[in-house]
Amino acid sequence: MRYMLLIYGPDAATSADDSTGMRDMRPWFDYGNWLTEQGLFRAGEPLAPTSSATTVRVQGGQRLVTDGPFAETKEVLGGYYIIECDDLDTAIDAAARCPGARFGSMEVRPIAAMPAQAPA
Amino acid sequence: MSDGAGSGSGAAGSGSGAAVEDARALAELTFRAESGRVLATLIRLLGGDFDAAEEALADAFVIALETWPRDGVPANPAAWLTVSARNRALDRLRRAKRQADKLAELESALSPGSLETTMRVGSETRLADDRLRLIFTCCHPALPLESRVALTLRTLGGLSTPEIARAFLVPEATLAQRLVRAKRKIREAAIPYRVPPDEAIPERLDGVLATLYLVFNEGYAASGGDALVRADLCREAIRLARLVAELMPDRTEPLGLLALLLLQDSRRAARTADDGSLVLLEDQDRGRWDRGEIAEGTALVQRGWAMIAGRESAGRVETAGTPAGRPPGRTPAGGNPGPAARDEGGPGTYLLQASIAAQHARTVTGGPSDWAAIASLYALLAVVAPSPVVELNRAVAVAEADGPEAGLEIVERVVASGSLDEYHLLHATRADMLRRLGRNGEARAAYLRAASLCGNETERAFLERRIAELSTPQADIG
Repeated sequence: MRYMLLIYGPDAATSADDSTGMRDMRPWFDYGNWLTEQGLFRAGEPLAPTSSATTVRVQGGQRLVTDGPFAETKEVLGGYYIIECDDLDTAIDAAARCPGARFGSMEVRPIAAMPAQAPA
Repeated sequence: MSDGAGSGSGAAGSGSGAAVEDARALAELTFRAESGRVLATLIRLLGGDFDAAEEALADAFVIALETWPRDGVPANPAAWLTVSARNRALDRLRRAKRQADKLAELESALSPGSLETTMRVGSETRLADDRLRLIFTCCHPALPLESRVALTLRTLGGLSTPEIARAFLVPEATLAQRLVRAKRKIREAAIPYRVPPDEAIPERLDGVLATLYLVFNEGYAASGGDALVRADLCREAIRLARLVAELMPDRTEPLGLLALLLLQDSRRAARTADDGSLVLLEDQDRGRWDRGEIAEGTALVQRGWAMIAGRESAGRVETAGTPAGRPPGRTPAGGNPGPAARDEGGPGTYLLQASIAAQHARTVTGGPSDWAAIASLYALLAVVAPSPVVELNRAVAVAEADGPEAGLEIVERVVASGSLDEYHLLHATRADMLRRLGRNGEARAAYLRAASLCGNETERAFLERRIAELSTPQADIG
């Protein structure tokens, strides 16, 4: 099974000082190393602050481009990991060890199988 | 018999009337008793597929309804149902050609040899493991609480979907949907079908016990609905708590939960008067308390404390030289609880609550409650599981032990915290203490507030009686 661990927390753009310690990179490096050692790591990256986000929609053939994320919320998506393991308990354990779990919350989502493409 | 609808329609057959009906009833009873354990094994054999296991079991039940009335109930109904359901599951898989790969994999896992080994008496532990596995999966924290409850009752309790829907006062379709979603999540998120590893047990066991406690409370607290169905929920919760306690004999919290449920259930008959109104603990007819349940619950509490005393003395050997804390054998069911260790070996919330219930149950012989002991048990509970509700209960015990003034002092602190302002029992408790202190005006106002917040008919009727008493100056009803 592959799972995406979505890291939600305070927006880096709105918290000017780092009182939470969220931007101390060492625990994140340690965590990435741990995932790799466990053979769980498949992918993972942090996202830039939502102030840099742009939302795009197409309605009636028209492009609608607006500034900012789709919805203003307290906790924003700040990054993700993709891990591979046998079951949800292992994924939950991996999510609980992520530094992001201490600053916000982690969503654990199974990655769904893409239906096979119809032959041309 | 092509669609496995389970119980129901039947009985339209030719002829032999009552005898067939009896055999049928017996078959249904046996099925109810055995279905949980059979399902637990089938789910494992079928690789964690709840739906396939349920379908196969429903098929087996249909066959049982045909053959048991004719040939008699087999000596080992669980084994019979498992083998029969296994065969039906294989039939289904054979028919489904597109699942050819899965078939090969399962056929080896389900070879007659391995199954017979599984079903031999000597492999009881394996079957017990299956049921434990099923409980932990049904009560997985990744499932919403309401789904855990429904899934536990459906799979382990063998209750039908309409029965569960009736008990929880939700439409059948809603409940069916809940079950479908829960099973889909188990499959899609890959919730494992296994007992969690030792280090995860304390955290996961909490979820299991909380689910069972919720099932019991739904039956006991009666927020509405059919009294008989609700009694069923209480019985089912006790049965499942007994199962967990038996399957995890070295842990005190399952023992504590089982004891708590038995002790609460022992008072069920005395809790309501003939007209359905609520009877306070102090006014209950002790003769209607179930002495069998009290004896068993009290013995379990004592066993729990003895286990903790054993752990503590074992711990003391390691830290030799420190003075002994609490002498072993001084159990709260018999006397004073004394200080408890807050480490893993100490009493947990269920054992403490059961100990309190055991204290109340002692009055079955007519003696007074030991309120000082109860107050100190609540003080321990407030350390292990601090909450304003525990504080409120401690206040009640303190009021009984040291007088209403001492109790009211604690209640006023809870009121000041503001956290229980919408909780009718906070105001009812405060009202009661004010009444006993003769502060009738304040008491009446607090009773009114409690009644306005109370959602339960019998409890509100009780509060309104108190309000009426306080409105007529000369009324003084004990």
